[in-house]
Amino acid sequence: MSDSVDAEASVLDRLRGRLEGPNTYGNSLTFWVGFVVVIGLLAAYPQTTDPYTVIQTSRYFALAFLALSLSFIWGYAGVLSFGQVAFFGVAAYTFGIIGLNFSSATGIMAGVVGAVLVGTAVAAVVGYFMFYGGVRDTYVTIMTLVIALVLNTFMAQTAGSEWAVGAAQLGGFNGMDIPSLTLGIGQTGFELERAALYYALLGALVVTYLGLRVLVNSSFGLTMVAIREDEARTKTFGYDVPFIKLVVFTIGGALAAVGGVFYGSWGNYIDPTVFGIAFAALPVVWVSVGGRESLLGALGATVLIERMRTELSSGIGPIGSEWALVIVGGLLLGVILFMPAGVVPTVDDLITQLRSRRTERGQSTNTPEEAVE
Amino acid sequence: MSSQDINVRQKPAVAATGSNTETILATKELTKNFGGLTAVDSVDFSITEGEIRCLIGPNGAGKSTLLELITGQLSPSEGDIYFDGEDLTGMETHDRIDTGLSVKFQSPHVYENLSVEENLQVPLQRTDRDIETVLAETLERIALREKANVRASELSHGEKQRLEIGMAVTLDPTLMLLDEPVAGMSVDETADVANLIRSLHNDGMTFLVVEHDMEFVRRISDQVTVLNQGEIFRQGPIEEIEADEAVRRIYLGENA
Repeated sequence: MSDSVDAEASVLDRLRGRLEGPNTYGNSLTFWVGFVVVIGLLAAYPQTTDPYTVIQTSRYFALAFLALSLSFIWGYAGVLSFGQVAFFGVAAYTFGIIGLNFSSATGIMAGVVGAVLVGTAVAAVVGYFMFYGGVRDTYVTIMTLVIALVLNTFMAQTAGSEWAVGAAQLGGFNGMDIPSLTLGIGQTGFELERAALYYALLGALVVTYLGLRVLVNSSFGLTMVAIREDEARTKTFGYDVPFIKLVVFTIGGALAAVGGVFYGSWGNYIDPTVFGIAFAALPVVWVSVGGRESLLGALGATVLIERMRTELSSGIGPIGSEWALVIVGGLLLGVILFMPAGVVPTVDDLITQLRSRRTERGQSTNTPEEAVE
Repeated sequence: MSSQDINVRQKPAVAATGSNTETILATKELTKNFGGLTAVDSVDFSITEGEIRCLIGPNGAGKSTLLELITGQLSPSEGDIYFDGEDLTGMETHDRIDTGLSVKFQSPHVYENLSVEENLQVPLQRTDRDIETVLAETLERIALREKANVRASELSHGEKQRLEIGMAVTLDPTLMLLDEPVAGMSVDETADVANLIRSLHNDGMTFLVVEHDMEFVRRISDQVTVLNQGEIFRQGPIEEIEADEAVRRIYLGENA
């Protein structure tokens, strides 16, 4: 009997070994206990609050995929994309187009796959031309933003009835209807709405987060970080840098596309503002505030900032909804000024410092170097 | 000049130190123009397997340019580069590294935010060598075992240089290219690097070292190539080169 307990423990240890490493924050047993507790609380959340809040929280979760995608490519590989919303939006539109044309449960499930594939493929094509064309640093940022803005302009002029793909009217500024996510075969399906959508999103987020942790702590993760730190040097160790950046950017595009499908089906609606500059700036704000090198920071910041925006939009006392974006902007400025690495890395630094000070007091001969790791 | 044919394998060695006398690297009429300036001018240059060749010359002689042409940082205006029987000329940098080259450039380029161990892991994980073994061995060799978990940004200049040589070495290259490996180092640190190069050489590694420090050159090398204004000015044993009046004159212009 103790054998099976040992075996279980070793499997858990191995799992932890893959999830932990120098490229992620939260590498202690305390962290994982806290992680499980938070997941438990989030799972119980729909039972304790009103349906409106549950629906709103689902929206934050869908947006969190956008944050994960940006944290992954920017925080780990140093590629700042201002246009992750492009892949997000393309996936949402594609999902709508397929879903409206094939409205059976099978059709909608095919729509999910198709939308993620199209979003990913667009990212791959954009990435190919950028990275093999030698576009780097700020120019990547500008180019990705331009791609989103071009899509914004293009979709905005699709109001005419000639802009239709089969049964799907693109609708210009009026937007397009999008079916709900449905699981099933043929005509019999189960629509993911309200709490069901919430749980689907929560599960997808946890799986994606853990998967990304394994990836960034693998040898591929170290390669990404090496490229972020010094691209030219990494090339002279024999790494095919443009190819690796393309792979990273494509994975980022896929994550954004998954978020886009969830987002479109959440609101049953998508319009060109998804490609607009105000929306394009939000992922950069979430990820900067949370800490671009922290996947969890990006996740948490998205949910909290978006929640704050929701509350502000109904106005708090004398402060009207028009202040919401100003406050978000102020928050970004404040974080960049006082915590340039973002909240999570700064807090992690503080904890490490406190701990090292305590151990130093405990044994005064201790060298500070040991505490740093 | 026609005898400097591209059939590098058959060329006689220039007094090799090892028993192997095969030419491993050869450039043929290699030229690099920057606008009106010719940094490297029709250079026919070769290295024999197993030797430590030093490349010296005044500032602007084209030493670093030659190195960057070999690694593919720069592409030549004319001429070809052959390494280990392969034509490198049109290859991307990362493909050239895969043929068995490794390089350490002039200024240290370690990954400042990564630990010493992670720094070594970046090149090492590309090879099929056993990571744990090579890591331990390399840390020992570059005398940074105690600092394996220290961030590279906290290392001294000399330690960073050693770390970077260690990183380049983990690729287990056939030919190691070093650009001023002891620049800005103390006498002791310089001696350490000389010993490191000697011990790697004993294990069969071939070196091309660009260096200013003649004391260091004397320590590690038998054969010296002098580059001046993009051309090979002299080539031969260190004693001859140091005794050469003309070489001293071109150096005096810089050091006086």
